[in-house]
Amino acid sequence: MLRVHSIETFGTHEGPGVRFVLFLQGCKLRCLYCHNPDTQAMTGGTMMTVDEIVEKVEKERVYFGEKGGVTASGGEPILQAEALGVLFETLQARGIHTALDTNGALVIDAHIEHLLAHTNLVILDVKHLDDAKHRELTGKSNRNVLAFADYCEKKGITMWLRHVLVPGYTDSDEHLNAWSAYFKNFKHVERAEILPYHTLGAYKYKKLGIPYKLEGVKPPTKEQVAHAKMLLQNHLPHVYIR
Amino acid sequence: MKSSSNKSQSTTKAHHSIDVRDFIHTHISSYDGDASFLVGPSPKTKALQAVVTKLMQEEKKKGGVLDVDTHTISQINSHKAGYIQKQDEVVVGLQTDAPLKRGVKPFGGVRIVEKACKEYGYTLDPAIVDMCTKYRKTHNDGVFDAYTKEMRMLRSLGILTGLPDNYARGRIIGDYRRVALYGIDALIAQKEQDKDNITGDMTDDTIRVREEVSEQIKALSMMKKMAQEYGFDISRPAQNAREAVQWTYFAYLAALKEHDGAAMSLGNVSSFFDVYIEKDMKEGKLTEEEAQELVDQFVLKLRLIRHLRMSEYNALFAGDPTWLTEAIGGAWCDGRHKVTKTAYRFLQTLYNLGPSPEPNLTVLWSKHLPMAFKKFAAKVSIDTSSIQYENDDVMREACGYDDYGISCCVSLLKTGKHMQFFGARCNIVKALLMVINGGRDEVEGVQVMANVPELKGEYLDYDAIYPKFKEALAYLAYHYVNTMNVIHYMHDKYYYERAQMALLDTHLERVMAFGIAGLSIVADSLSAIKYARVRPVRDERGIATAYEVEGDYPKYGNDDDRVDAIAKEVVSFFNAELHKHKIYRNAQATLSVLTITSNVVYGKHTGATPDGRPAFAPFAPGANPMHGRDTSGAIASLNSVAKLDYAQARDGISNTFSIVPRALGADGGEQVDNLVSLLSGYFAKRAHHLNVNVFNKELLEKAMQHPEEYPQLTIRVSGYAVHFANLSREQQQEVLNRTFFESM
Repeated sequence: MLRVHSIETFGTHEGPGVRFVLFLQGCKLRCLYCHNPDTQAMTGGTMMTVDEIVEKVEKERVYFGEKGGVTASGGEPILQAEALGVLFETLQARGIHTALDTNGALVIDAHIEHLLAHTNLVILDVKHLDDAKHRELTGKSNRNVLAFADYCEKKGITMWLRHVLVPGYTDSDEHLNAWSAYFKNFKHVERAEILPYHTLGAYKYKKLGIPYKLEGVKPPTKEQVAHAKMLLQNHLPHVYIR
Repeated sequence: MKSSSNKSQSTTKAHHSIDVRDFIHTHISSYDGDASFLVGPSPKTKALQAVVTKLMQEEKKKGGVLDVDTHTISQINSHKAGYIQKQDEVVVGLQTDAPLKRGVKPFGGVRIVEKACKEYGYTLDPAIVDMCTKYRKTHNDGVFDAYTKEMRMLRSLGILTGLPDNYARGRIIGDYRRVALYGIDALIAQKEQDKDNITGDMTDDTIRVREEVSEQIKALSMMKKMAQEYGFDISRPAQNAREAVQWTYFAYLAALKEHDGAAMSLGNVSSFFDVYIEKDMKEGKLTEEEAQELVDQFVLKLRLIRHLRMSEYNALFAGDPTWLTEAIGGAWCDGRHKVTKTAYRFLQTLYNLGPSPEPNLTVLWSKHLPMAFKKFAAKVSIDTSSIQYENDDVMREACGYDDYGISCCVSLLKTGKHMQFFGARCNIVKALLMVINGGRDEVEGVQVMANVPELKGEYLDYDAIYPKFKEALAYLAYHYVNTMNVIHYMHDKYYYERAQMALLDTHLERVMAFGIAGLSIVADSLSAIKYARVRPVRDERGIATAYEVEGDYPKYGNDDDRVDAIAKEVVSFFNAELHKHKIYRNAQATLSVLTITSNVVYGKHTGATPDGRPAFAPFAPGANPMHGRDTSGAIASLNSVAKLDYAQARDGISNTFSIVPRALGADGGEQVDNLVSLLSGYFAKRAHHLNVNVFNKELLEKAMQHPEEYPQLTIRVSGYAVHFANLSREQQQEVLNRTFFESM
């Protein structure tokens, strides 16, 4: 059984092509800029079986075209690695492309290994390279995240890296340079994506009664985003803006 | 004689078989390449466009109507030649003697014309009023002479709505290409021969057809004269591309001069034009610039088509629409696709002349279409929001024919072989409410249906209501068919479309196109009654004026069979009921799930509904799920609509899809690919139609100013979806900024 927050049947930003996006409930990070705080709690959501999900996926398979498929996002999908591994194994057996949109912030255990063995694409959100900064942003160390990237590299799993660009937090030249330089020798990093910070999730905090810590932080300007892209391109050949 | 070459047609001999389809099928040059050959507008086109833009601005400034000729009843030969700016026009011809000047066509109903004139500050010539009240009967008078009390009641309560009983029914598509391929003289000869063959017992039917064919022959002669006024001899076939476009346009213009039908669509002319264009280009007589100029100027002419209508009509259809629908693309029954370079050239007009709802460019989507064309169409959609898509594979299979046009928005007509009686719509939500209110209308309280028992119990009971609802639908279907029979009998009698009918086969198939409005509300209401608990709140008359819904229920638009099956069954049931009755001139009943833009007006006449919709709130358009209830993403929503069976709704199932560019993908390439995937998937599910709106910045700004008018506008960013109207102003501004981020 998987604890599902919601399903987006026409995902166009979570991997290649048209995607069935499964937002799983529960996350242990508390990213300051999280735009889905309603997916953080480890309770709530709807319990769904692998078969139920597969049935829903099959109904939209014809829309996937050559590139599309299923993406597990969240929340943090690897918190439910055991059941998700079964789902991905089933989907792959049916010829469906699988993508995992994760923060990679867990120690890799047998369940995660099994899950990754049936994952075509890992979309890894590396929030900061500096451990202290990472803790400040998310409440957790980045040690597991970087180990996760190493594991995928070793196993030859295609990776898309993601970086949320938050003015004053993750947009310094020094940080962006270090971030891209760190991954420049990764053979399996296919692209990096910049996600410009936005405030559209702010109203959810109000609704949930959680203080919004980035109150007053403005989204990056067009120029700031272009600048970040240029910096990342110094080390990484394919940089996209989401 | 089959037409193997357009040069061999210069004969006045009768054609044993008029067969435009065969001509195109034999000569078409299918094109698999991309859009790189296309060119921009020519200097002449630009000059004309400048004049037209200015005229349209003046028209707007004057409240929507630039000028009206109130003294002349518009007919094929009623007006002298008119031009926009003669030296720049490569295609000529206007409805009256000046651009945007509207003619009066009183034979549908003179009071409507009188009122329309008055609303725009004009007075209809009293001589015309006199003629149409004292000496000549109009269609409208005929209908009301024959209507029963019941028909009048259903009409005035808004249960049967938009009936073509006081205006031209439209919806007929003449095969305008015939004039170019054969020339008028050959068409007259064919009709003369047809007439000679209509003999035997002089029954009502036979006499009528003989009279009609005579009228058609007159119209053909009048077309010839109209062309002469512009200096062209269309008695002979067109000899080159320019003539082919010009001859076809003259034929269409003749129809538009005589009638102002709700929708007067063009058919499928682009592949026909392409045969001539290709030939001229091969012979070195035409350049790409000249070919595009022809298409641009033809389309520019179509954009100038105007009808004089009451503001009430314009409110119903949101604007001043003409539905000049041109079907582009599709495939032949043998599997070859019909995409030509001219298909591209037609779509290119949306760049060369700017986006426009008219002509209503409709891409016939088929699995056989070349990928390059699918991508180009998707790109044009994203850039202009001016294309709709229809499932050619499903339609071709259903009608067994591959040369058809789309009438209005979604209605298939085999070109030259089909004639349609337009049937407007029936509000089936009111049928459901009648059942809940003992057969009474939920707004006026008057008794409509007899023998509907008052419901017992605090909560609505599905098992009691559903069978009664079917009885109500059966009752409506019977009266709906009868009403249509009266209308079309009178329309044929008093306002016959001789110009269009002259360009159809004399012996043809007739369809009567019925329609339903409010399908999603009916499905959700029945689902609420079945799966949640619905308590009606009744007023002192015992009429339910509000409903309290306890608990949740499956909603149409989420790919949930529990409710989607209800929607599907309602459509099939109503369609079957329509087929039980005798229809005028043995027409086949067809059914549409289509409200176009009139969903707001339907809502205004309909009380509260058991799905929780408040009284007088808008309906969802066409077969769309109710806005805000399709919460599982676009594909789940599309899948629900795709379940409706085209075989049970042969007049079409309309769905409108609105999205911002960013929600289609991060950059232009991704957006095009994802839209192609979306369309391919939707049509592989055997869905019928999709209107694609990709909102531009201008529209989002309008939505900020009037959020109430855009309740459906959904903004999707990574992993996040919200209704635009629910965001704060500041957030809307941010969406606006983000949405148009991709220029980076």
